[in-house]
Amino acid sequence: MSNIFLIVFGAVLTENFIFSRFYGICPFLGVSDKPSTALGMGMAVTFVMTVSSAATYCAYYLLLKPFGLEYLKTIAFILVIAALVQFIEMFLKKYAPSLYGALGIYLPLITTNCAVLGAALVNIQEQRSFIESVMFGASSALGFTMAICVFAGVRAKMEFSNPPKAFRGFPILLIAAALAAMAFSGFSGMKF
Amino acid sequence: MKEILAPILIFLFLGIIMGALLAVAAKLFHVKKDERAERILSCLPGANCGGCGYAGCSALADAIVEGKAAVSACAVGGEDVGIKVAEIMGAALENSVRMRAQVMCGGIDGCASKKYAYSGTNDCAAAEKLGGGDKTCAYGCIGLGSCAAHCPFGAISVRSGIASVDPEKCRGCGICVNYCPKGIIKLIPFDSSYYARCSSKDGGKAVRSYCEKGCVSCRICEKACRNGAIKVISGAAEIDYSLCSGCGKCADKCPRDVIQSIREMKF
Repeated sequence: MSNIFLIVFGAVLTENFIFSRFYGICPFLGVSDKPSTALGMGMAVTFVMTVSSAATYCAYYLLLKPFGLEYLKTIAFILVIAALVQFIEMFLKKYAPSLYGALGIYLPLITTNCAVLGAALVNIQEQRSFIESVMFGASSALGFTMAICVFAGVRAKMEFSNPPKAFRGFPILLIAAALAAMAFSGFSGMKF
Repeated sequence: MKEILAPILIFLFLGIIMGALLAVAAKLFHVKKDERAERILSCLPGANCGGCGYAGCSALADAIVEGKAAVSACAVGGEDVGIKVAEIMGAALENSVRMRAQVMCGGIDGCASKKYAYSGTNDCAAAEKLGGGDKTCAYGCIGLGSCAAHCPFGAISVRSGIASVDPEKCRGCGICVNYCPKGIIKLIPFDSSYYARCSSKDGGKAVRSYCEKGCVSCRICEKACRNGAIKVISGAAEIDYSLCSGCGKCADKCPRDVIQSIREMKF
């Protein structure tokens, strides 16, 4: 149980996917312009990462490991995740149109997201059990959601700021992201 | 041989399983969508500007099919798109005129006096809260470009202290109208020839004291117009475009260059 707690705490704060592992930076900068879209993206990532952590665990231990094909895990994971997301998208469209309306446009965007693939690969690397893998996928996606929502708030404030001309647009965004990452590095000193 | 064959077979197996799964899912979870919505979507401009009041072009297409929106609801596409959409829906097109935005102020830097130096948040609504902006005129363009920031087509730029709309780029969506705290951006017909660039409701003496380009309500334009299209209404000249013939007599007579030809905007 304490093991699970450590995984969740680590994935959300100390080893935050965006601020300390630097996975999923493209959606972090791309769709953080409004808090509402940031939350939508975060929910979609949470959904996909949880399901894909379970699916890639099965693919690795049931299919790749018995045949000694561990070295092909990256390609196999991309294939499994892409097909799975497509399947979920169709399923939601039919049976949960309101959820599809909220997540729909973000789902195809994250089929080949590095954060999703990263979670699957880290799980294998750390030799986690099934439950631990799913918990890690879900909690690191929650960390991602938190980071992107916090940053969307920062960006909303920055709309009204007046930076020097050379820093306008992306440069000032990257500086703000760097400051946020530095704040999060404060968590890395926490040990249990 | 086994080292090569095994991965190929496994991946072939994985690929076939996934392909079959998706093929079955596509049939099983197929959602019947109104064909017309997709055809309307392909006619719409695809800018997703939100000027129609719906969340993007596909939401508008759905609303048109459901009968909630008019076939001419897309101001950006104008008549061309309206005709195509009307054809798909089998409905007649009501008259729609292409509009464009115009900032009704000519108080550029140096012409309009300022009452203080503003160095706050770069947003017109914020400046408006501080005594109505830095210009002495309470009706003049603040010039911080909130309209320009929200224009989905990049048609507005701030030049010498006031926002100006590029008529070629403007699609008449009307988003800027809502973002102007002074309410001095108006939609006027695209092919209109003249506009009166002052919105001041103050009397002539007051306007003369703070702006070189403001309307002083002298009513010379009213007398010059044969169609009765231009009227001084509450302190500033306004053109009724349904009556204006575009002759330009008012612009020739205006002593303060308030009435401007759209073709030769002079500052």
